[in-house]
Amino acid sequence: MNNLMWTAGRCLRSGSAAFFLSRPVDGGVRLASARLLCAASSDIQKDLGEMVKKDKVVVFMKGTPAQPMCGFSNAVVQILRMHGVDSYAAYNVLEDQDLRQGIKVFSNWPTIPQVYFNGEFVGGCDILLQMHQNGDLVEELKKLGISSALVDAEKESK
Amino acid sequence: MLSRRPAFVHSVCTRLLHSRPLMASDPGRPVETSIRAKLTRALQPEHLEVHNESHMHAVPPGSESHFRVLVVSPHFDGLSLLQRHRLVNDTLKEELSTRVHALAIQAKTPQQWAKDPSLGKSPGCLGGSKGDHTVQQKLQTEQS
Repeated sequence: MNNLMWTAGRCLRSGSAAFFLSRPVDGGVRLASARLLCAASSDIQKDLGEMVKKDKVVVFMKGTPAQPMCGFSNAVVQILRMHGVDSYAAYNVLEDQDLRQGIKVFSNWPTIPQVYFNGEFVGGCDILLQMHQNGDLVEELKKLGISSALVDAEKESK
Repeated sequence: MLSRRPAFVHSVCTRLLHSRPLMASDPGRPVETSIRAKLTRALQPEHLEVHNESHMHAVPPGSESHFRVLVVSPHFDGLSLLQRHRLVNDTLKEELSTRVHALAIQAKTPQQWAKDPSLGKSPGCLGGSKGDHTVQQKLQTEQS
């Protein structure tokens, strides 16, 4: 309880006035935890706004590219690797619960992993996979000034 | 043999092979039932599959925490992948903020489904849910 009070206090001091009421499936209403208060706090949202723009490709994932801790996060890493995208910003949400909740609020997207290109939200694992399969990913990387390794490999084989 | 039949027969056979009967409300699977009902109501799908994939992850048997949905609906016409997925996420907002930890989505138009009637496959678990207190919290919500 003390931890909850401290967390709530930290968020209130940072200027957040928002709070959430979550409605479980049975129709009751309960006050969301202080972690949700923190997730919406202007500090974290501001930080995220900068984080997604600092690098061309940004991934919020579970684990790291070297050691993913989730099959879906790993799929994103593998797809990017196939296209030769090895240099990108990867943030491990398992290390920071405020980040984990904050990015869900920031993107208005409920799950991890989350992918950003040039500060714009692309989607999660499913979307990246479909973009890879239908060729859109090559085009989107081109717009970022990144030449996909798959295109280069195809050119070399001709 | 299937390829030598007329196209519409092939399409019907494929749909029969891949369709699942709309299941009556199952008290043992409240989350799956709720997901199915909400997606049906919101998107009037021509084809809908809801798969509980929790058994593929580091959660107790009988969990309803990880799902894969395949929704085929004309509502997706003209929408980007992101817009389609947001539509599904919004429809299942309550489940995603309470009991569901992961949701894999395939959102196709009827034309896309006719061209490629295949269900995607989820990657193997790398154990991230094990010891994850947010997953434990969601499971406790489920059990209470």
